[in-house]
Amino acid sequence: MTIDDEPELVHEAAELVRPYVITNGRDLVDDSRFSLLTLVTVAQEPPRTQPLDPEKQRVLELCAGGFLSIAEIAGHTGLPVGVVRILVSDLTEEGHLYARAPIPSAQLVDRQILEEVLNGLQARFG
Amino acid sequence: MGSRLALDDGVYLRNSVQTAAKILVVGHFAVGKTTFIGTMSEIPPLRTEEVMTQASAGIDDLRGAPGKTTTTVAMDFGRLTLSEKLVLYLFGTPGQQRFVQVWEDMTRGALGALVLVDPQRLEESFPVMDLVEHYGIPYAIAVNRFDGTPEHSFDEIREALDLLPETPVVNCDARDERSSADSLITLVRYLQSRLN
Repeated sequence: MTIDDEPELVHEAAELVRPYVITNGRDLVDDSRFSLLTLVTVAQEPPRTQPLDPEKQRVLELCAGGFLSIAEIAGHTGLPVGVVRILVSDLTEEGHLYARAPIPSAQLVDRQILEEVLNGLQARFG
Repeated sequence: MGSRLALDDGVYLRNSVQTAAKILVVGHFAVGKTTFIGTMSEIPPLRTEEVMTQASAGIDDLRGAPGKTTTTVAMDFGRLTLSEKLVLYLFGTPGQQRFVQVWEDMTRGALGALVLVDPQRLEESFPVMDLVEHYGIPYAIAVNRFDGTPEHSFDEIREALDLLPETPVVNCDARDERSSADSLITLVRYLQSRLN
């Protein structure tokens, strides 16, 4: 798979469906609970009723295979990150999705994470 | 699963993964960020789109050209599972000042940044250096050498970029896994040293 380099070229064009239509006009959610790196998957005991929105259905189907980050859900579905945040937030609230609690950022935690990142990189590429 | 969207097993994270960490791969246009991420990622790199409201958006824009009140910025990212519990995401982040809104989002929770520079176009790295410094993100410099690039001494690069003595500078061939991994390792060691 090739990706043309330098994706940051900005394109300004009317969307087929503007993002706030997909979110029923909801505004962007508070970032702290659902970041790019929040890991989600389908809930073990989801409600019997399926969500009606096609985009929510897509997210649920995608998440059925295992854990993905919100960034990956956006990448796979082609939906903007802000929209995915809202959909995931809703789906989690409705009990369809399970989100791993984010690790609080603190120096002690960073120290541990850096240690693990270094060990992992060395084990894999060293 | 018959779903269209059900993907290969390799796409999903291991169930045991608890922590997701993030390192930014930053640099100016066409410096090799996407190549670097493609080299390091265990999944085909993905692209996210952030819809930004333009700073200039106002009544005139709304009235005149409704399709132009938002701007889409695309970013490529990749993933590396580093242990049973830990996954590292590498986000390619554009270095232009007009993307500050994206930077606010990207820098939150980032461990650090690898700044890719092209030794022949060092001055193009100034805006991105301003951004990492403005957001207080610790960084290392990876000099992406293309074939036929004349050797610049690290001293020249340090001077041109006005680096602190402790900021690491390494050579990096973004097409080469080993070389790219080494520059990440250098960054992580530097990040560790800052905590001591």
